[in-house]
Amino acid sequence: MSALLQVSDVHIAYGKVEAVRGVSLEVGDNEIVTIIGANGAGKTTLLNAIMGVLPLKGLTAFAGADMALLDIEDRVAAGLSLVPEHRELFATMNVEDNLQLGAFRTAKAAVAQSFERVYTLFPRLKERRKQLAGTLSGGEQQMLAMGRALMGAPRLLMLDEPSLGLAPIIVADIFRTIGELRAAGVSVLLVEQNAQAALKIADRAYVMELGEFVLSGPASEIATNQRVAASYLGFAREGESAI
Amino acid sequence: MTNRWPLLVFALVMAVIPLIPGMPPFWIVLLDNIGLAALVAMGLVLLTGVGGLTSFGQAAFCGFGAYTTAVLTVSYGFSPWVTLPLSLLVSGIAAVILGIITVRLSGHYLPLGTIAWGIGLYYLFSKLEFLGRNDGISGIPPLSIGTFRMLDPGTIYYAIWLAVLISAVLTMNLLDSRTGRAIRALRRGHIAAEAFGVQTPRAKLLVFIYAAVLAGLSGWLYAHFQRAATPTPFGAQAGIEYLFIAVVGGAGYVWGAVLGAGIVVILKEILQSYLPLIFGGQSQLETIVFGMLLVVLLQLAPTGVWPWLMSRLPFRLSRKHPDTAPTLPARERLATAPSVLLHIEKARKQFGGVIAVNDVSFDVQAREIVALIGPNGAGKSTTFNLITGVLTATGGSISVLDQNIDNAPPQEVVKLGVSRTFQHVKLVPDMTVLENVAIGAHLRGSSGAVSSMLRLDRSDEARLLAEAARQIERVGLGDQIDQLAGSLSLGQQRIVEIARALCADPVLLLLDEPAAGLRHMEKQRLAALLRQLRDGGMSVLLVEHDMGFVMDLADRVVVLDFGTKIAEGVPDAIKSNPDVIKAYLGVSA
Amino acid sequence: MNTTIMLFLIQDGITNGAIYALLGLALVLVFAVTRVILIPQGEFVTYGALSYAMLATGNVPGTVWLAVAMGVVACGLDLFAMRRALHVKKIGRTVAINIALPLAILALTYSLASAKTPIAVNLVLALLIVATIGLSLYRIAFQPLAHTSVLVLLIASVGCHLALQGLGLVFFGAEGLRGPALSTAAFTVGPLRFTGQNIAVYGVTIAFMVALWLFFGTTLMGKALRATAINRLGARLVGIRTTLSGQIAFLLAAVIGAISGILIVPITTLYYDTGFLIGLKGFIAAIIGGLVSYPLTAVAALIVGTVEAFSSFYASNFKEVIVFFLIIPVLVLRSLAAPEVEEEKD
Repeated sequence: MSALLQVSDVHIAYGKVEAVRGVSLEVGDNEIVTIIGANGAGKTTLLNAIMGVLPLKGLTAFAGADMALLDIEDRVAAGLSLVPEHRELFATMNVEDNLQLGAFRTAKAAVAQSFERVYTLFPRLKERRKQLAGTLSGGEQQMLAMGRALMGAPRLLMLDEPSLGLAPIIVADIFRTIGELRAAGVSVLLVEQNAQAALKIADRAYVMELGEFVLSGPASEIATNQRVAASYLGFAREGESAI
Repeated sequence: MTNRWPLLVFALVMAVIPLIPGMPPFWIVLLDNIGLAALVAMGLVLLTGVGGLTSFGQAAFCGFGAYTTAVLTVSYGFSPWVTLPLSLLVSGIAAVILGIITVRLSGHYLPLGTIAWGIGLYYLFSKLEFLGRNDGISGIPPLSIGTFRMLDPGTIYYAIWLAVLISAVLTMNLLDSRTGRAIRALRRGHIAAEAFGVQTPRAKLLVFIYAAVLAGLSGWLYAHFQRAATPTPFGAQAGIEYLFIAVVGGAGYVWGAVLGAGIVVILKEILQSYLPLIFGGQSQLETIVFGMLLVVLLQLAPTGVWPWLMSRLPFRLSRKHPDTAPTLPARERLATAPSVLLHIEKARKQFGGVIAVNDVSFDVQAREIVALIGPNGAGKSTTFNLITGVLTATGGSISVLDQNIDNAPPQEVVKLGVSRTFQHVKLVPDMTVLENVAIGAHLRGSSGAVSSMLRLDRSDEARLLAEAARQIERVGLGDQIDQLAGSLSLGQQRIVEIARALCADPVLLLLDEPAAGLRHMEKQRLAALLRQLRDGGMSVLLVEHDMGFVMDLADRVVVLDFGTKIAEGVPDAIKSNPDVIKAYLGVSA
Repeated sequence: MNTTIMLFLIQDGITNGAIYALLGLALVLVFAVTRVILIPQGEFVTYGALSYAMLATGNVPGTVWLAVAMGVVACGLDLFAMRRALHVKKIGRTVAINIALPLAILALTYSLASAKTPIAVNLVLALLIVATIGLSLYRIAFQPLAHTSVLVLLIASVGCHLALQGLGLVFFGAEGLRGPALSTAAFTVGPLRFTGQNIAVYGVTIAFMVALWLFFGTTLMGKALRATAINRLGARLVGIRTTLSGQIAFLLAAVIGAISGILIVPITTLYYDTGFLIGLKGFIAAIIGGLVSYPLTAVAALIVGTVEAFSSFYASNFKEVIVFFLIIPVLVLRSLAAPEVEEEKD
């Protein structure tokens, strides 16, 4: 059976510079897949292109259907959702409005249930529902961005650096939620610099360097790979916050 | 820009055209109009295409030029040659007054503001008694040299196109100079340019005045060509048309202005003369079709025709490599440099209720590499911005070489020998690596706009470029020197930023995440370079997330968390500091 | 100063200012959502006003044919854009909106046009015509340019203005027109005489502001429009089509423009090119309001209207000069108050 998300031989260029070269990946149902790699390796570019924010060359299919002709909005309607690196919240609208707009493409009847689900996952958002999104703390903004994406009841959630700039304790919270999503039937494609944390919750992992995948396999194997340990985890063990 | 022969060929062709037997005078008139429009559009190329300042009001500056000469020649009997400098002066003064108000406006206010005063000036022209109100001023004398009077379109043609050619050469000279690089850097935001001493408001005002003077010149020529000045050609519609010419031609290219003027003037002429033949005498048809063509053209070629044409040329114009022999004198240094280069005492920065930097104190000594680490949002980049004058501290004090720089703007801080790179690369993507790096040496050159236009800046320029080339070699990007900065990988762009910072001949180098995006080997090379710089007498303060890189390289480490300094010491002490492990490093390895 | 004259001028200023406020609001709306500075807003005003005036005399205005023609082009562009993935549902939608709707309006106009048609019917017809033109204008001119810079959009906007103004001359001729008043009632308060038209101007302006406020504050579509204005990428990521937001913004702007025109055409004679100047004054108000704030824009519009009224009394020759230079002190204040913000362009 075909994977939920299938990406094969994808190239992405900014003008003349190829940022991503010949990358292939799959995400199955109920699976957390992570892409790890250094800053500037092309991870964000890849996620944006899968979402349709950037043009790409190559094949992308979602739930068995080719996505070449779909724009961002069609992909959202099909059940693909991206929480971007900069979160892109509606800063001068309140939490509730942000969430309500997250359900823009879903049937009215399901909205109440989605609210329920998001507020259960992130009780903090319920407390702050009348507060403007721009005045939330960094961790709360990340929760809101994830919550807004979940309001659309996606089948695959793509998260771009959810731990970026957050206090370690909040990071732990976010990663716990990601684990819960899998249990609720949402697949996750996770891009992270915090390789240690990502590999801990992921089922499978890809290692990206300079626009290419140099390694892939079950997360547990990647975590023990010598080369990965040396170039990502070695420093990470000293440098990155552990959870 | 060393290739002069295409220009000579063009000049020759233009000179011969009126001499061709049987050339319809109507075509000459058309060419006159193209030249007049090209002059105004050329100013817009500099102002809008290169400098990023959109103006809809250029037609009003033509009006200043035209009315000045009209009033002075008709009412006071001045000679046109005397009114030429006066016309340019009046346009220039008007530009200074409007420019001081306008160029400070950011974003969309700027074009909107220019529309408003453009229309206001148009109404002013058409209401003032001494400008003849709506009827304008007629009976303006023709240009004349001795007894030779430029009465017909074929003779003033030479005056117009001579003006166009001279202006084009001067404009290109200006762009290819120290001042030109400062202007070209404006469009990408002012922070990077200011960090190397560019006075951005002054640079903006300069291009504004330059564009206005070119428009004034066009207006002066127009008045003596038409022998009359009426308000209509200086109204809002004309202002919009000039901008359209610049955009159609290719808003960043001097010759795009000439090409755009040709396209638009001829198009309008064709529409005016042929449309009524096809559709009968229906009024205003040409406006309708012109408006529609405008929209269609933009949809097909939003970047303009000139770059499109150039990319299809079978050959490339080659660039001359700078001679690396000339040397710049080093910046003046204090004879007895104090041992503390940078002293930060309880620096504090609040944004509204958020304290980004909370009473942070630390020093950087001479010949020392200090690393600033901490999670994102800990206040590292804010600290950099406080040191370099991009932000003003809410409290505390910062001094460089015992000089207090609390309220100093970035341009003053760099003069003390502090230069920096940026976390989010701030290069000008459509300038070459060499040109980008040369901005770093801005303060070490002295040529101004006028000497650049007249090419009196060449020895100064050669020294700046040589210095830039040397620094590029030093960081190992010699092969990329002629590439556009935007075409490099992000990692290489960070290295270009280091070369640019080195060009300022700093005593203290501030590097914001220099190793991000670099491969292992490249990181090692970077570390070697930084050590070499330190041993040569420079100090480095760097923000970096790669702990392997930091712990290996730094002499001392300062740790920030939530804006507060939680530790400071040698790498080994930091690695085992319990507070640092708890807040930042996590479980010790 | 004579108090009666002053009161009279203030009344005049407020009436004009109310219209500028409406137009200013529309300009802010369109700019926030699409980044287009809507120069052809003035043409919406004249098209609305003069279509209404022509309908009142029993004639069919040419604008209704323009609506049909633009619909056909818009539909063609839609079909071309979806040529690689044709869906019956999508085709049906574009044909319904771009072809069937204008044709229905055309048929309605021809069947209803007569000198005896009630004012309300003419008003609705004029609004419908301009609304469809606004919708198609976005599709034809601006949707293909949605990714370009504000400058390119602005020039395209000027192109639309030129074309539409030229067409205005074709449709309405060079002669000015006046339309029938919405109400002929009148009463006096002290020295001031209030006509039904005055009251209509105030009433409609206030009603529109309240309606817009409710639309943006409470409806999902209104929130989606705001979301697009606040963060385009964010909006797209939750599935809000920028093209849909753009269409709605243009639709609202066209309706507001047309209404403004219909409100003033009984008061002053309008020519095919008057709209441009009226639009520009709304535009001055919008700039003073900073292109973001609705209440500020409304206040600024009232100031512009009042200044205009006073200057046309005391220095009528320099009326326009004064109004357009009004912006300069505001810009100076703005540049002094707000330090330049670093902008990442391109």
